[in-house]
Amino acid sequence: MLSRTADNLFWIARYLERAETTARLLEVGARIALIPSAGHGYRSEWESLLHASGTADGFKAKYGDPVQRNIESYMFFDRDNPSSVVSCLERARENARIVRTALTGQVWDALNTAYQELRALERKPRSEIELTELTEWVVRQTAMVRGAMDSTLLRNDGYHFLNLGSALERADNTARLIDVKYFVLLPSVDLVGSELDNYQWQTLLRALSAHRAFHWAYGGEITAAKIADFLILNRQSPRSLIASAEAAMAHLDALGRIYHHSGPAQRRARAIVGDLAETRVSDIFNEGLHEFLTRFIREVGVVSSFVHDAYLSGEARCS
Amino acid sequence: MTQYFNEMYEGDAVRDPYAGLESWIRSMPAELRQMKQAEAEALFRRIGITFAVYGEGGDPDRLIPFDMFPRVFAQDEWRKLDRGVKQRARALNAFLRDVYGRGEIVRAGRIPARLVYQNEAYEHAVSGFTPPRGIYSHIVGVDLVRTGPDEFFVLEDNCRTPSGVSYMLENREIMMRMFPQLFRENRIAPVDGYAELLRRTLASVAPEKCDRAPTIAILTPGHFNSAYYEHSFLADLMGVELVEAADLFVEGGFVWMRTTEGPKKLDVIYRRIDDAFLDPLCFRPDSMLGVPGLMDVYRSGGVTIASAPGAGVADDKAIYTFVPEMVRFYLGEEPILQNVPTWQCGKADDLKYVLDNLGELVVKEVHGSGGYGMLVGPKSTKDQIEAFRAKIEHDPDNYIAQPTLALSTTPTFVEEGIAPRHVDLRPYCLVGEQVSLVPGGLTRVALTEGSLVVNSSQGGGVKDTWVLAE
Repeated sequence: MLSRTADNLFWIARYLERAETTARLLEVGARIALIPSAGHGYRSEWESLLHASGTADGFKAKYGDPVQRNIESYMFFDRDNPSSVVSCLERARENARIVRTALTGQVWDALNTAYQELRALERKPRSEIELTELTEWVVRQTAMVRGAMDSTLLRNDGYHFLNLGSALERADNTARLIDVKYFVLLPSVDLVGSELDNYQWQTLLRALSAHRAFHWAYGGEITAAKIADFLILNRQSPRSLIASAEAAMAHLDALGRIYHHSGPAQRRARAIVGDLAETRVSDIFNEGLHEFLTRFIREVGVVSSFVHDAYLSGEARCS
Repeated sequence: MTQYFNEMYEGDAVRDPYAGLESWIRSMPAELRQMKQAEAEALFRRIGITFAVYGEGGDPDRLIPFDMFPRVFAQDEWRKLDRGVKQRARALNAFLRDVYGRGEIVRAGRIPARLVYQNEAYEHAVSGFTPPRGIYSHIVGVDLVRTGPDEFFVLEDNCRTPSGVSYMLENREIMMRMFPQLFRENRIAPVDGYAELLRRTLASVAPEKCDRAPTIAILTPGHFNSAYYEHSFLADLMGVELVEAADLFVEGGFVWMRTTEGPKKLDVIYRRIDDAFLDPLCFRPDSMLGVPGLMDVYRSGGVTIASAPGAGVADDKAIYTFVPEMVRFYLGEEPILQNVPTWQCGKADDLKYVLDNLGELVVKEVHGSGGYGMLVGPKSTKDQIEAFRAKIEHDPDNYIAQPTLALSTTPTFVEEGIAPRHVDLRPYCLVGEQVSLVPGGLTRVALTEGSLVVNSSQGGGVKDTWVLAE
């Protein structure tokens, strides 16, 4: 397959995943903002969203103070923000248009429909749309595209590049979502374990549509340790870091089999999974949640760049 | 009032080829028709066959209007077109082989040297080089118009990269899907072998240095190009890669594709980009586009480029006048298809005639295309004609003129029901080891009442084109 085609497929999946994460982040923000702020001296919850999505600087340059309304616009509709839902879905669709023939009609249909509906949404006055409407719409659309991919695509190298993109982006994004907690609570250690702390953890679960799943898996008291375990180390949890890293590894291994050649990308992914498999929640809290997540995000970035060098750049000379 | 040849009705009588359509029309009340039309449009949008017009802005996903009323040729009508188009394609290729070689036709005084060697489309960079099988133009699109039962004229030849063949294929696909009954009742020759024929044609001109089944790819300018859909459609049908210049590089005398498994050698490039953007080292040192070194590989027999660089000199509007002469000179045959009489504004006598009769003529730019920058005298206002007069006088060499042809009409679905609209035809002739032509082509229709301009950029639509089997 052409490197450029593989690159397009890889990024279709990444943009879709990113659009979904941005929507989920907005959902977290909206819910956290519904509870009374814990007094002055805290960073605004909304601002924490911008930090988690890595768009704080861009927002500040454009709007200044983090006002909820502006953040919503910036994260959903703003084309100046490369991570906004609109930016991501538009690029996913454009990438798909370029590699139309590597996709099935159903996948294209799902993506194209999402794009057409998005354009209709953009024309609607903002005051007529509820934020939850928007976020639910995004989650629904990405699920439909993913469903079309899963049920109609040939299981060839292209399929694995798509899913590899999803898995890497999801690993990165879940880590960032969890990290919102860090930004919200950072200034005050004594709030850890408080009522507010638990409420925020639960909100995170909700944003990941994992509220019910969590109860099924753990039951009983909701604690930070259980939730961190669920979102980071539990293989049953579909967006957990270990599940995402394992998916990335599986698709990389599949590529290795198809091409009869494995390289640094495969080795690095294996190392990440191996590491996580031996990590306990207590290790994470000892290291510091934020430090642990930052390290994880960096590792995932390394795998991405190895994937780029080996397959997507077209510079590889080995065969 | 000009009389136009109606391809379906002779007075009240229905001409033979269209006999099978009469009951079909009667079985289609207006509501059903509108429903079917909407269905067709939805299908087109779904498969994503769209057309963006350069410089017009607006909706990049615009559809070319599709008219469901098919255009029909009887087998004996088609046989003549088939022979005529193939004859022309062979003559044009012989001409190209000649002018990049010894230039016999020029030496014989049949075509002025100036028109050939000083032509913008003449590529001095490939003079003296003969591509595999001596073929320069592998896909020849011949634009035809009809003025009577037996009168066909060639409007122009397209030797570089004629577009629109995806419409020929998709129009048929959609008609078969919507009206299977029609295809059971009428014996309509299939066109879906085109992609395989094209692949075989391209494979048959693999370069000398290729010693295995050749790897073929389509070279596109990219997804911003208005014909990108067609490029990806054809690549998909042929099962070949669709590449951009950045996907290719030159090393060790060959062209390679960048793939996820490392470099893969490429043997035949069906390019859908202009000569100027093939190789910056050869054509445009200022350009970032293209594949540096590609032309060196081409000239040393490491890769075939279809159409060959320089093929454009054969379809220039000034050269057009001489195509019948080419047929006689190279093939020793009489041309089966006629040219439209053409006046060269660069010649003093012709210019005078053109300026005196602007109201009756069609005037075109020599290098223009897509129906832009032309004047249709009888359909223009006095002011438009005077404005155009000034343009011609300013640069006469840049214009040719032809009589306004009484283009034939076929019944077409319009708002008020069914009405005659003017049409043309572009069949796609493939030239490789064999010269082949699928029975069909692209019929373009001027949807506006009375209009003679069928270009999609000027509000034209398309129709399915049937050739009845024996």
